[in-house]
Amino acid sequence: MSDMNTAMVEKYRNDFLKEVVANVEEGHWVKMCMQCGVCSGSCPLGPHWAHPPQEIFMMIRAGKRDEVLSSDSMWMCTSCYNCIVRCPRELPITHIMHGLATYAKRLGLAPRNQPTSQFSEIFWNNMMKRGRVNELKLGLSLYFKDGFGQGVKNALANQKLGMNMMKAKRMSPAEFFGGHGVEDTSGLQKMIKKAEEIELARLNANK
Amino acid sequence: MTEVVATNETILVVGGGISGMTAALEAAETGKRVVLVEKRPFLGGRVSQLYKYFPKLCHPTCGQEINQRRIKMNPNITVLTMAEVTGLEGEPGAYTATVKLTPRYVNDNCTACGECAKVVEAEFDNEFDYGMSRHKGAYLPHVMAHPMQYVLDPRIIGTGDAQKAKDACKYDAIDLDMEERETQFPCGAVIWATGWKPYDAARIQPYGYDRFENVITNVEFERMADPKGPTGGKIIRPSDGKEAKNIAFIQCAGSRDRNHLFHCSRICCMASLKQTHYVVDAYEDAQVTIYYIDIRAIDRFEDFYQNVRAMDNVGFVKSKVANIITDKDGNPICRGVDTEGYHRYENTHDLVVLATGMEPSVSKSDFPVDIVINREGFIEPDPANGGVFAAGSASDALDVNRAVQHATGAALKAIQVVNRVAGAEG
Repeated sequence: MSDMNTAMVEKYRNDFLKEVVANVEEGHWVKMCMQCGVCSGSCPLGPHWAHPPQEIFMMIRAGKRDEVLSSDSMWMCTSCYNCIVRCPRELPITHIMHGLATYAKRLGLAPRNQPTSQFSEIFWNNMMKRGRVNELKLGLSLYFKDGFGQGVKNALANQKLGMNMMKAKRMSPAEFFGGHGVEDTSGLQKMIKKAEEIELARLNANK
Repeated sequence: MTEVVATNETILVVGGGISGMTAALEAAETGKRVVLVEKRPFLGGRVSQLYKYFPKLCHPTCGQEINQRRIKMNPNITVLTMAEVTGLEGEPGAYTATVKLTPRYVNDNCTACGECAKVVEAEFDNEFDYGMSRHKGAYLPHVMAHPMQYVLDPRIIGTGDAQKAKDACKYDAIDLDMEERETQFPCGAVIWATGWKPYDAARIQPYGYDRFENVITNVEFERMADPKGPTGGKIIRPSDGKEAKNIAFIQCAGSRDRNHLFHCSRICCMASLKQTHYVVDAYEDAQVTIYYIDIRAIDRFEDFYQNVRAMDNVGFVKSKVANIITDKDGNPICRGVDTEGYHRYENTHDLVVLATGMEPSVSKSDFPVDIVINREGFIEPDPANGGVFAAGSASDALDVNRAVQHATGAALKAIQVVNRVAGAEG
């Protein structure tokens, strides 16, 4: 459990909804849900979630903090936006899901070994190196995330896909040696660092 | 068509539905002169298209007949059908109304014998049955129409059918030379009772109203239940005419949805509960499922709701259906997740009825007068409206009972204005 998690538990005690409203991006919308169920029924990945959005919102109101934040549900969202366009109350459901996932991650409560969460981290680190995604290294890091043996298996299984991407010039073997990036990499990194500082300060102020 | 005799003490009522008729009668029976303008060829409005009223499950024709009689008996009321208000100038106590009169091509000699309809061949979609039936080019709008006169569809004018109709008429009631004309007359106050129309269900894309034959609206279902309706009162599937025994009602189809109508339409819960009675009365082995967010059967309607809820063959699913698909036999399948346990369901039905909401029949941009309209498109009671008062569902989504009460109030407001005029003119 992170220090921030302990602090948040201490501060909000029994009011998880209040905590979500204060700390989760777009979290204030959770109060507006009228439990019609259109989001859950419209979600293409719906049957594969532990808790569909409608249920997550109700769990937040019911104060089920641990169940929500350690759930893999928010991580299952593919950002198809079907729920947003259909929601009768115009809740930005996709954004709330991402907000909850980010918050859970920050508190150290996000489920470990959740593939989407792992991929997000690999993607972020990859992109932050040069400001552009290095497709080759992204693919390789993803294949080898569970060890060398599994990595070779994954790479062989997806051989054809890789070859096709190269043929279509979507991926280049030359990327292995550095690859392309933005003009001012250190400038970008400074900018993101500053943004992170601001966000962290905001969260810390809420503790 | 007679010339309108009116003064600044005359009250103009726009719309001859239940609210307009009520406002006109209440004002006229206190001795005020009233001009009642109706766009359709008959009075009664959407209420005349209903089979039964809730909560008493009695027939609207009964009360309509009384209202029609009161109008016929009252010399203070001038009724203009097939007429539309196109302009209103002036101020409270001194307005000038401009009214466009569309030709009926039938005069007051008509006895509604129906000989003209027998000889005319052209047929058109019947708007009274929401396009579920056809009417002849010469037709009586419905069996209880007031005035009880036939109408010639303008689309047969200039064709051989028009002449055939004229030749068949024994009473010299058909006048093919009638033309559209405009008339102007003074009035002191205006009661705006243009009512509502069903929300366009085709715009609710996931429900596929425009793609699936066996997905219909509640107003269409109402016509279907009526013995005088397009199916002779049989509840059947539009796709194959089979008996529809397993029926789903989807509440809030368009209402309470910021992508469609902002407001709760108030009547649809009770309408679906009423229509559940139609199904249960028609078939012993009926199965009705009502999908809802919450049932808004307010005050004394709670009993009605509880009685339907207690029926063995009626199920309630607390969930707004997410989308509808169909199987190879054309059976609609409702899909969603319920709120009581978050169970994912895929239920097959014979027929799905969308409880579509009410929207104002005049859209915001089409009002011929300056008037304050709210976000939902209804008329706001605002001093800026001067001597123009909304009545019934032009002011809000109302059931018949509340519309009639509201119209009576509007009549009083209008009477106050013309009384001031009378006082000033002494």
